[in-house]
Amino acid sequence: MSLSLIIKREFNAKVRNKSFIVMTFLSPLLIVAMACLVGYLASLNGSEIVNIAIYDQSGLLKNDFKSDGKTKYTDLAELTFQVAKDQAAKDYEGMIYVPALKDVHDLATKVQYISNDSPSMEVTSHIENVINDKLTKSNLKELGFEYDKIEKAKTKSTIHLSKFSGEETHKEANIIKVVIGGLSGYLIMMFVIIYGNMVMRSVIEEKTNRIIEIIISSVKPFKLMMGKIVGTSLAGILQFIIWSVLGLTLFIILSLVFHVNMGAGAAIQPQAVQATQGFSQDIQIYLTELGKLPLVFIFISFIVYFIGGYFLYSSLYAAIGAAVDSETDSQQFLLPIIMPLMLGVYVGFFSVISDPNGTVATVFSMIPLTSPIVMMMRIPFGVPMWQIGLSVAILFATFFGVVWFAAKIYRIGILMYGKKPTYKEIYKWLKY
Amino acid sequence: MKPILEVKNVVKQYGDYTALNGVSLTVPQGSIYGLLGPNGAGKTSLIRIINQITMPDGGEVLLDGEKLGPQHIKEIGYMPEERGLYKSMKVGEQALYLAQLKGLTKKEAKEQLDYWFNKLDIQGWWDKKIQELSKGMAQKIQFVVTVLHRPKLLILDEPFSGFDPVNANLIKDEIMELRDKGTTIIFSTHRMESVEDMCDHIALIHQSNKLIEGPLNEVKKQYRTNTFEVGIAPINFQHLLADINTKYNTNKANFKTLDDELKLQIALPQGTPPRELLQYLMDKGDVTYFVEKIPSVNDIFIETVSQKKQ
Repeated sequence: MSLSLIIKREFNAKVRNKSFIVMTFLSPLLIVAMACLVGYLASLNGSEIVNIAIYDQSGLLKNDFKSDGKTKYTDLAELTFQVAKDQAAKDYEGMIYVPALKDVHDLATKVQYISNDSPSMEVTSHIENVINDKLTKSNLKELGFEYDKIEKAKTKSTIHLSKFSGEETHKEANIIKVVIGGLSGYLIMMFVIIYGNMVMRSVIEEKTNRIIEIIISSVKPFKLMMGKIVGTSLAGILQFIIWSVLGLTLFIILSLVFHVNMGAGAAIQPQAVQATQGFSQDIQIYLTELGKLPLVFIFISFIVYFIGGYFLYSSLYAAIGAAVDSETDSQQFLLPIIMPLMLGVYVGFFSVISDPNGTVATVFSMIPLTSPIVMMMRIPFGVPMWQIGLSVAILFATFFGVVWFAAKIYRIGILMYGKKPTYKEIYKWLKY
Repeated sequence: MKPILEVKNVVKQYGDYTALNGVSLTVPQGSIYGLLGPNGAGKTSLIRIINQITMPDGGEVLLDGEKLGPQHIKEIGYMPEERGLYKSMKVGEQALYLAQLKGLTKKEAKEQLDYWFNKLDIQGWWDKKIQELSKGMAQKIQFVVTVLHRPKLLILDEPFSGFDPVNANLIKDEIMELRDKGTTIIFSTHRMESVEDMCDHIALIHQSNKLIEGPLNEVKKQYRTNTFEVGIAPINFQHLLADINTKYNTNKANFKTLDDELKLQIALPQGTPPRELLQYLMDKGDVTYFVEKIPSVNDIFIETVSQKKQ
């Protein structure tokens, strides 16, 4: 009875808050806008023409650098070296300098690139490629091979991916899995931090308002803490559901626009895909692959891991809120909470994506402090059910332990005013 | 009067610190009971135990003869010293929420709230947020949410601290009215003025121990010193002054009368009836003032606490 009252109040307090409404509906727009902006900026960067001078005293390479839409090569060979250098420093990004060489093989080591700013990877690798090509051709010639024939003999293969269940997949599916997994893991971290902080702030608010003692004369502190955590989590779940509905709507609209056939066995034949490499064709493949992921299962897993991870962390947040008098005092206690969350995300991005079922990924998807993030990143790649079951069981078992521990700190902390507690003091509270 | 609340040998420890050292109290039904003590004496610890916010480490508390349990939460109204309300929540919603936490149904809570809002003439505040109210207004709401669920036992910790005189008076009247309707009120305070004119029972807690307890009159009788304040227009001023100092232990007194007579405070030896003094005085002049000096709660408080220190 009183628990549901507290949950209701906390939920209403969160959901009616203007920032919740703004966050829920504005942040997806912001994310889309950001993605567009980043894309636009990247395209701006790509459209700039890079001017590079060539000063080739050997005469071996000057015809091998061909200007294209991105790079313009200018031969300054008529000038003296010093003049060319000065001019290049003034008017060009940089200068490729090839000294007079006796042997073509010296190209491999003697070519210089002179510039003020260090060149981009793109520029250096392009130059190296040109040199490599030149040398390879001349090597082949020396060894008696005909370059054109070798070119003709080269083939390009495409590997067809399928599962043992017979379902066909695309390489693109992996990208989609990385995106969906990364996004879910990252979202879990964000949700835990955002909503955990909300719980903490709400505890501090009750403490600074001095209403706390009135409330705990009516309900047990544990109930208040749980009501607060549950009420806030419901607001988080509501937000996630709204985002999912918005995402699903976007998905359906895009599917309709790009004519994706969502029926069974609708996999587009790879040959057909290769035939038309258009932009809409790409999107069609991605959407089809997205549709093939177990979206409902991912959605449910997200909710389960969110609840587990969020309860685990937010009870710690609640304990911190109870121990301190103001948000500024909370910093020293927040660091140990943020660390495992960050660790989870890093492990996710650096280990799960390269090897979703490797040892590191599997271990971290069992450790309860990181499992919600890491496991969510693994799930799109397919994880054995027993692993998910075990990880969820460990998560919830730990959660009960942590809640018990946090409740003890909370119970004492909310009645302590006016002094900034130390870890030592908090440890003492556990024994009261 | 049967007791509504019995505290039996309650012990509370925080680590090495003993906040309550076997304290026992008996609060009679329908009384206004002053729980006195300097800061840090253990009053708040005791009150928190009565409110079941914390558990005692030893002893027990009985409410209406029953061991204190969750079912008693709705019988007690508590206004802590550190008090406040949700600043951004509307007055009406907030009061309903707090009353429902105490176990009232929404309907009952609404009825009670209507009653109190009418009584204090604050009907228009329902949709206001606490942060929009003045401090005095918020204090009224604070009192209303404390009594909304019609508790049998009302515990007020430093009830007048932070209240302006107008509101303090208003609340005082409401407290008296509640008492007349049968509510028992426990006052915890270290301000003696309010105790003097409101309480009929007091207990003094000092350094985790109870030192005094009983009806206010009884306590005062215990602490009476057989001292009288006397005003006299003597026939022979010098003679009286010389004579009286040989017979009695006198001091200058400070009270107000219309004439400019001799004012003295006279301490009689224990057992000496006051009429002896009066007869003596009547022979010496016109007695205009003769009153027993009753110890104030303040005197008792200071005496007990400082005695304990020595």
